Amino acid sequence: MNGIHDKMLIGCGAGFGGDRYDAAGPVIAAMSGFEGPKYLIFECLAERTLAAAQLERLREPTKGYSPFLDKYVEPNIAAALKAGIKVVTNLGAANPVAAAARVASIGSAVGCGPFLVVAVVGDDIRATFSDADIRAASWIDGADHRDKPILAANAYLGADAVARALQAGADIVLVGRTTDSALVLGPILHEFGWRDPDLLASGIVCGHLLECGAQVSGSYFADPGFKDVPDLAHVGFPIAEVRRSGDVTITKPADTGGRLDVSTVTEQLLYEIHDPSAYVTPDVICDLSGVNLRQEAADRVSVSNARGRGRPSALKVTVAVDDGWLSEAEMSYGGPNAFRRATLAGEIVLQRLQEAGVRRPVAFDIIGAGAALGRGHAAYRDGQDFSGDDFRLRLALASPDQGEAERLVDEVRALYTCGPAGGGGFRSHFAPQLATGSILVPRDQVEPHVELHRVPGGTS
Amino acid sequence: MSPQTRIVTLHAIAHGRAGDKGNVCNVSVIAYQPDGWPIIDKQVTAERVRGVFEPYGVSRVERYALPQLRALNFVIRDGLGGGVNSSLALDRHGKAMSFLLLGALEVEIASDLVHLLAGREAGDASFP
Repeated sequence: MNGIHDKMLIGCGAGFGGDRYDAAGPVIAAMSGFEGPKYLIFECLAERTLAAAQLERLREPTKGYSPFLDKYVEPNIAAALKAGIKVVTNLGAANPVAAAARVASIGSAVGCGPFLVVAVVGDDIRATFSDADIRAASWIDGADHRDKPILAANAYLGADAVARALQAGADIVLVGRTTDSALVLGPILHEFGWRDPDLLASGIVCGHLLECGAQVSGSYFADPGFKDVPDLAHVGFPIAEVRRSGDVTITKPADTGGRLDVSTVTEQLLYEIHDPSAYVTPDVICDLSGVNLRQEAADRVSVSNARGRGRPSALKVTVAVDDGWLSEAEMSYGGPNAFRRATLAGEIVLQRLQEAGVRRPVAFDIIGAGAALGRGHAAYRDGQDFSGDDFRLRLALASPDQGEAERLVDEVRALYTCGPAGGGGFRSHFAPQLATGSILVPRDQVEPHVELHRVPGGTS
Repeated sequence: MSPQTRIVTLHAIAHGRAGDKGNVCNVSVIAYQPDGWPIIDKQVTAERVRGVFEPYGVSRVERYALPQLRALNFVIRDGLGGGVNSSLALDRHGKAMSFLLLGALEVEIASDLVHLLAGREAGDASFP
C-alpha cells in the first residue's frame, strides 16, 4: 500500500478507557467506503491504569492488558477487518503480548481470519533498569517519589515502534506505553514515510486532536446557553483525513451528534499543552503556536502550519510507586440549616481524628458549596455561609498506614448516630493509592521490538 | 467604570478547557468573537490569573498567546494538590479549573460591544 496513495484516513474509537463502547461503529462505517489506507485507534491508557495493570500482571501473568479490551474489540473487530481498517491501540497496557493473544481469540471466535496481530513491547524498562538505577535518575516535573516502593516504570515509546509493527504486516497493533499521538503518527510514518520535522509535527498535531475522542468534535464542550452542542447522546467521534503533503482535515461521520468547528478544535488543540512553542514528543519537538484552523465546510476543519525541530535524546519514563492508602467518606444534610449541620459534622470528625493522633492533612469539602472548585475548609472557617437545603460533607485522607486511613471512614460512618441531626446517605471509598513521577532515560537504552500473533483463515 | 463600559465575567465573552499533567494545570481562554480577542489579550494577565489560583498553592503562572486562534494558554504550576494520583480533592484532575477562572475574572467591555456576549448573557434585557 505504501507509496501509491495520496490520502489516508485515521479514525478514533475511544479517547480513554471507559469511553463509549459503541462510538467506533459510525467511524468504521464512515471509513469503509474509502479506497486508500484507513486506520482506527483506541486510546485507553492513563498513567495510573498502566500501573494498576502492572500489578495485575504480577498476580496473573496472562493478564495485565486493559480490562476494557473485550468491550472495544469484540463489537468492532469483524467490521474493521472486513473493511480493511487497521486497528492501533494501547489496550495492551502492561501486557501487549497477552492482549494480542486475547484479540486473536476474540477474532477467531467471531469468524475473522486470516489476520495478523502484532504486539509492541519494550516500554517496560525494569528489565534493563534496576530499582536503584531508577532511584538514581533525575526526577522531573516536580514529583520525586524515589523513597517509595516502585511498582512500574514505562517509557513513552514514539511512533517508530508503532510503524515497525505495521511494517511487519499487522492488521491490529497492540501497544503498551507509547505517547497517545504515536498511535496516529505511527500509521502515517508507515504510509507516507515522513521524516521532515514540519511534517512530523503536523502528524503529532493530528494525533493530539484525535487522541481524546470526541473532545475535538463537540464533547466536553457544551455549556448550555453559551456553547450548545446538538445530540451529545450520539456524539460523532473524529476522523482525520491526512494527505502526503502534510495537510490534515478533521471531520466526523455524517448523521452523528456533536459539532466540529474552529472553537471545538481550538479547545482540544490546547488541551494539556504547556508552552505551545515547545511541545515535546519522542518523535519531534513541535511548535503549535502558529497553527491555523479553518472551517472548510460543515463539521470539517483543516489544520495547518505546525512546525517541528529535532527530537529529544531522552525518553520520558513514568514511574509508579506504592503510595499507601486513600480514604474518602461522605454524608448528606438537607433542609433548613443544612450547611451548618454539614460543617458541624466535619468539625466533629476532624476533632476525633486529631484526638486519635492523626496528624496528616484531611480534605474537608462541602459538596454544594464550591467543593468541585476546590474551595475547602478554609472558606468555611472564614465564616462564608451558603444558603440552600442540600449539602454533602466529604472528607478525604491519604496515609501510608492503612488503619489511619480506615479511621476516617469509621468516623464519618459513626456520624449516623453521633453526629448532627438528619445526616444520611453515607458512602465511602477506600483503596490503595498509586503515585506517579517521571524520569528521563537515554533513548538508546530503550529497545522496542515486536511479537507476531498470526491467526489462520476463518470463515468471513 | 465609565458609563460607556460594562463589567462582565470572562465567562460571558470567552470559553476554555482545563488540562492536567502531574501537578501542573493548563487552562485555555478563547474569545468567542474576533473583537473579544483584544479585550482578553489586554485584560487577562498572568498576574490576575495567578491571583485567582493563589489559594491553591500555585507557585507560578505562565501565559502564552495564540492571536490567530483568539486564544490564551495559562500554565498553572503546583496547584493541583500533587496531581491526579496524589490529590485529596474531589476533582482530582482539576477539570473544573477552567470554569473557576472564567467565573472569577471580570473584564471591562465597551457598551457598544454587546454582540460579544455569548448566549444567555447576550439576551440579558437589563443591558443599559
